[in-house]
Amino acid sequence: MKNDKILESQDDYKYDFKDEDVTIYNTGKGLTEDVVRAISKAKDEPDWMLDIRLKAYHKFVEMSLPSFGPDLSEINFNDFTYFKRPSTAVESKWDKVPETIKNTFEKLKIPESEQKFLAGVSTQYESEVVYHNMLKEVEEKGVLFYDTDTALKKCPEIVKEYFGKIVSYADNKFAALNTAVWSGGSFIYVPKGVKLEKPLQSYFRINSELMGQFERTLIICDDDSDLHYVEGCTAPKYSNDSLHAAVVEIFVKKNAKCRYSTVQNWSPNIINLVTKRTLVEENGVMEWIDGNVGSHLNMKYPACVLAGKGAKGVCISIAVASNSQFQDAGAKMIHLAPDTSSTIISKSLSRRGGKVNYRGLVSIGPKAFNSRAKVECDTLILDDISSSDTIPTNIVSNNTSTIEHEATVSKISEEQLFYLMSRGLSEEEATQMIILGFIEPFTRELPMEYAVELNQLLKINMEGSIG
Amino acid sequence: MEKILKINDLHVSVGDKEILKGISLTVKPDEIHAIMGPNGNGKSTLLKAIMGHPAYTVTSGTITFDDEDVLAMSVDERSRKGLFLAMQYPKEISGVTNSDFLRAAINARNEKPISLFKFIKEIDKGIKTLKMKDDLAHRFVNDGFSGGEMKRNEILQMMMIKPELAMLDEIDSGLDVDAIKLVADAALKLKEETKLGLMVVSHYERFFSLMKPTHAHVIVDGKIVVEGDAELVEKIDTDGYDWLYEELKIKPLKEERPMVYSLGTCARNKRNVNE
Repeated sequence: MKNDKILESQDDYKYDFKDEDVTIYNTGKGLTEDVVRAISKAKDEPDWMLDIRLKAYHKFVEMSLPSFGPDLSEINFNDFTYFKRPSTAVESKWDKVPETIKNTFEKLKIPESEQKFLAGVSTQYESEVVYHNMLKEVEEKGVLFYDTDTALKKCPEIVKEYFGKIVSYADNKFAALNTAVWSGGSFIYVPKGVKLEKPLQSYFRINSELMGQFERTLIICDDDSDLHYVEGCTAPKYSNDSLHAAVVEIFVKKNAKCRYSTVQNWSPNIINLVTKRTLVEENGVMEWIDGNVGSHLNMKYPACVLAGKGAKGVCISIAVASNSQFQDAGAKMIHLAPDTSSTIISKSLSRRGGKVNYRGLVSIGPKAFNSRAKVECDTLILDDISSSDTIPTNIVSNNTSTIEHEATVSKISEEQLFYLMSRGLSEEEATQMIILGFIEPFTRELPMEYAVELNQLLKINMEGSIG
Repeated sequence: MEKILKINDLHVSVGDKEILKGISLTVKPDEIHAIMGPNGNGKSTLLKAIMGHPAYTVTSGTITFDDEDVLAMSVDERSRKGLFLAMQYPKEISGVTNSDFLRAAINARNEKPISLFKFIKEIDKGIKTLKMKDDLAHRFVNDGFSGGEMKRNEILQMMMIKPELAMLDEIDSGLDVDAIKLVADAALKLKEETKLGLMVVSHYERFFSLMKPTHAHVIVDGKIVVEGDAELVEKIDTDGYDWLYEELKIKPLKEERPMVYSLGTCARNKRNVNE
């Protein structure tokens, strides 16, 4: 695609957007085949997409809830609205954003315009200069960066080639749900040999559907390309809609490298059920940097399918569970080809009655000779009412490969606290310091501003948790 | 006004066991007190109790510093009042850089945070004085440090925090002869500059001969059995403690070290019993 077209399309999009503000369209509560058809029609989609949506819908109805992890039987699928046309009229709902969320914004010193964007009540984050600069670099290199709905219009052939190819709608009930009703999400195509110097950030994507419940993200890194994509941000995202089921599909081609960094901090009413998976080809590298701080209930296991010789997968994650939160998170590494390697580093933290599980799968297949996998999961439990489980599955199906697994569970030690306090730090400061140190292997992987924000956020979260 | 540490008839227990059985001691600024005695008789306990280690319960007696009740203060308050303990076994805090830790420690006692420039200047100076590795500021606190590095790091912290009363708990163990001199010189220099009061626990005459204590106390079975000055330190170095036990008709406690069990030895012991 030509550079000017990208700009044009963005302008179109903004323009479109204003047009639509007058009417707010939604499908009402509940999910039926008619709702799925209505969504596709409202978006004026090609027939093949409607077909996939319908197949996925029937699969969704058929499939049962996952047999592992948190109890999801509380979800009543008829309670939700599955499609809403966005409208800037939602800005008036700022009053309805809970005080606690607003207070956190205040403490993070986020400007009000940005606060409204993060709270999902504003659709436009006033940062167009930054946005356009980023867009310029992207354009010049021929990278396609759209929200997925726009991508379906602008480059349907690429979407069709990859959509649902690594996360099939039949994969699990929530992948089926997402495929049936998806809206928004990011689409990125990095052409052969293109290496992006700076991280590409969804933060600046002017798009109301960024806040969508059923985001569908599709990223293709063609041969020898390099992409670092940063999704979301650490500030709390408030949403009235409590069911979130996203799908992220990534294709890393020969010798390409992709890093996907995200810190999700959904408000505490959200049930977040995400399927993230990458297909990694020969000598490709996929790195998931995955932080889970918010939501009421979270199930997320970023996966790499190492399908090409020498492919490499990495997942570095943290999960923080407080109060009634339940984080069931981990990673999956599926080794299918020889000389593949994978690393999982998982840091879990539970406090104030939170529950956090590490659930992981490493599978080295019969043909994945000379492969290596390393799993390291550490858990820190801050008090007696919080809990954690480590549920690893490690399978090696040939004689030349190895899996290394290390796991630790600890509490904050009295000796460490005494040491820090004996240098003048209060118990709260000392505890914070130990916790931030514990998750440092994760924060060091984040871009600096995100690391600072995350540390700040965790400090705020922990205020008053001592004594 | 001079900040004086006064300990009066201090009794300290760990669990149900009484370790200190009535210690009285006064440390003034610019004084160096050698705390001596055989292992396992209460020297480290005294220092930890003064700092407020949660495992050590003060059952009776008083500790005041600058006429304020130390026992009513939390550990961090004691530190901010000017007390400092250089520990025998410093803890590692992985993921936290020395720089972040030290700045937090310095800022905890100042109204205004220390400027980055001043901080870097001071830490570099300390690193040079103690001949430590240049990357210290960016390394995690005591993580992967050798025994000697940990001890020097304690002294570096002391130099930067600038306490008014510092307790050095076997700070010289694990250090080679050159490093012992560096540490002693650094402590003495700080004392000269700030009139720091010092309580020093050590087993080595070498360290005391460098530090030149003004006072010496020998703790046996939780009590101070004899007090003196630098001469007493010398005598103990030459003659050991036996003359003391005879003269005072006392017996030292044998040090209790926790037994180290491993599955292998348990199983073997059990087999032996069966045989």
